[in-house]
Amino acid sequence: MRVIQYREALREAMNEEMRKDDKIFLMGEEVAEYNGAYKVSQGMLDEFGPKRIIDTPIAELGFAGIAIGAAMNGLRPIVEFMTFNFSLVAIDQIINGAAKMLSMSGGQISVPIVFRGPTGNAGQLGAQHSQNFENWFANCPGLKVVVPSNPYDAKGLLKSSIIDPDPVIYMESELMYGDKGEVPEEEYYIEIGKAKVVKEGTDVTIVSFGKMMSRVIEPAVEALNKEGINVEVIDLRTVRPIDFETILTSVKKTNRLVVVEEAWPLASISSEIAFHVQKNAFDYLDAPVLRITCADVPLPYAPTLIAASLPNADRVVKAVKEVMYINK
Amino acid sequence: MSSVAITKETYLYWYELMLLLRRFEEKAGQLYGQQKIRGFCHLYIGQEAVIAGTMSATKKDDSLITAYRDHAHPIAKGMSPNAAMAEMYGKATGCSKGKGGSMHFFDKENKFYGGHGIVGGQIPLGAGLAFAEKYLGTDNVNVCYMGDGAVRQGSLNETFNMAMLWKLPVIFVVENNGYAMGTSVARTSNTTDIYKLGLGYEMPCAPVDGMDPVAVHNAMDEAVQRARRGEGPTFLEIRTYRYKGHSMSDPQKYRTKEEVEEYKAKDPIEVVKAKIEKEKWADQAWFDEVAAKIKNQIDEAVKFAEESPWPDPSELFTDVYAQENYPFIKD
Ligand SMILES: Cc1ncc(C[n+]2csc(CCOP(=O)(O)OP(=O)(O)O)c2C)c(N)n1
Ligand SMILES: [Mg+2]
Repeated sequence: MRVIQYREALREAMNEEMRKDDKIFLMGEEVAEYNGAYKVSQGMLDEFGPKRIIDTPIAELGFAGIAIGAAMNGLRPIVEFMTFNFSLVAIDQIINGAAKMLSMSGGQISVPIVFRGPTGNAGQLGAQHSQNFENWFANCPGLKVVVPSNPYDAKGLLKSSIIDPDPVIYMESELMYGDKGEVPEEEYYIEIGKAKVVKEGTDVTIVSFGKMMSRVIEPAVEALNKEGINVEVIDLRTVRPIDFETILTSVKKTNRLVVVEEAWPLASISSEIAFHVQKNAFDYLDAPVLRITCADVPLPYAPTLIAASLPNADRVVKAVKEVMYINK
Repeated sequence: MSSVAITKETYLYWYELMLLLRRFEEKAGQLYGQQKIRGFCHLYIGQEAVIAGTMSATKKDDSLITAYRDHAHPIAKGMSPNAAMAEMYGKATGCSKGKGGSMHFFDKENKFYGGHGIVGGQIPLGAGLAFAEKYLGTDNVNVCYMGDGAVRQGSLNETFNMAMLWKLPVIFVVENNGYAMGTSVARTSNTTDIYKLGLGYEMPCAPVDGMDPVAVHNAMDEAVQRARRGEGPTFLEIRTYRYKGHSMSDPQKYRTKEEVEEYKAKDPIEVVKAKIEKEKWADQAWFDEVAAKIKNQIDEAVKFAEESPWPDPSELFTDVYAQENYPFIKD
């Protein structure tokens, strides 16, 4: 199968859907003439023109709101945030606007819109540029939150997000844009809300999503394999809704669970999963659920502090052994 | 006439300050290339007259706040290049203990309040710093810098309204360098004379030649005096230029080489130097001495940064709360 970059997978998803439906447009900072801050939208201005590929001023509150208004009136906007750190300037429009419109209007006005852009840390960028808001958005009813971990998922999930009738928060990563992976030529869609068992195993279930999958889980699984530990790995793909069924089925088999995410710990995706697992699979658990998250602090700049803060493969290996009661 | 006269000493001060900033930034650019400095790094080269003209028209107790293009302002306020360089390395001896990096310089002692990474985020904060000065009954002012891109943020409009309503002693300065990343001012608004945004609030406002420290000084002096008299804010659009890319990875396809050269021909350091030479305020020996002194300062700053320790991992849970022994979640 052909191999393309994560950014190309995103671009193909947008291009294919935009060719089919002229109500879809892309709006954001530097998306048109600059071809995207991270080159996701490269060439799209050439193909679709300035009516549909729209550069904005640095005015997230305004353009997010304008896009929501356009969606209320029949269009299908894709809004790019240069990073989700800057979405906080617009979060009122998303939470108080997009997420509630259908409900407040008694089902009259839907908001089919995608807010997409990178989330999470991307090296030594300091506290304001290194944040994960997956759980913030996932907390809010009315939104769907998609966090794809590889090019194949990125394309199939973005296509589904664009045609979805509800507002979708779609979170990428600066560090993943250059990642390569197999993506078929023919069109496909991946269902929002379904997790994927990416590796079957018997000893411990590891649940994660997004950038953690390739950067942390893969090397951890490799190390565990070498020690003869056979983990089952679930990529959530979507954190609202969360596919609890797939997680529970796996935990009922392995009886042990480690959840890994890049966000801060309090009220996070891992806390939510741990709640559901203890509630619905209490009798199946042979060990407490463990999780690996970012440290409970703003991410500092110094490399020593970043290393001490972020999830990594070693911490995952250690947690897996801990739930297996292997002490070494 | 400016209330703070521009003298020979002012010119000599401007020259030395601007050359220090220029050399510091050039060194930072080099070190970024060697991956000693990481993350985003936004250089100030070309814009030095803006801070030079501010410094000569303000006093020590006036505060400054700016965005992420923040190396020059604190050094001008008196922060040592050592602390600045160490911060960019991420060392424990940096001005933010290695926790901030290039975008988040802070120096409370010298009344430099950051170093802010969210575009427009510092605009209300600057007004708030001024609010506190007024509340406490001082005659200090805040100078709040922002880019031409930042003026399109909603925060500007809300802040301008209250700053005028409450006559806060703040000078809002747009360092209009023509571009927000790859977007020219003309592509962001129907109003390309940015200073006119003040008119809607009846805030005194004006365009200023930002390649000329004299023009900056005079405009700033008038604004500062107005603020000290309790007459409220001023909005200055200081028209300047950045010679380098937005940050370190910018192919700069959005502008021409000729445009860059046009501004370099008006380089503020050269302009000030020419004036000093014309007036015979200093001889070649003085220029050589300044150059040597600055070279030493920069060498010393690099050595200091190189030799300083990394923050110990135990530092991770410090400085997050002022409260001691805050119960962090650790599992
Ligand atoms: C709210 C927000 N949106 C987007 C960004 C990304 N960003 C960083 S700098 C920048 C351009 C700002 O340009 P300008 O205000 O003119 O300042 P300059 O870099 O020219 O000094 C952008 C879009 C950000 N940091 N914050
Ligand atoms: Mg600018």
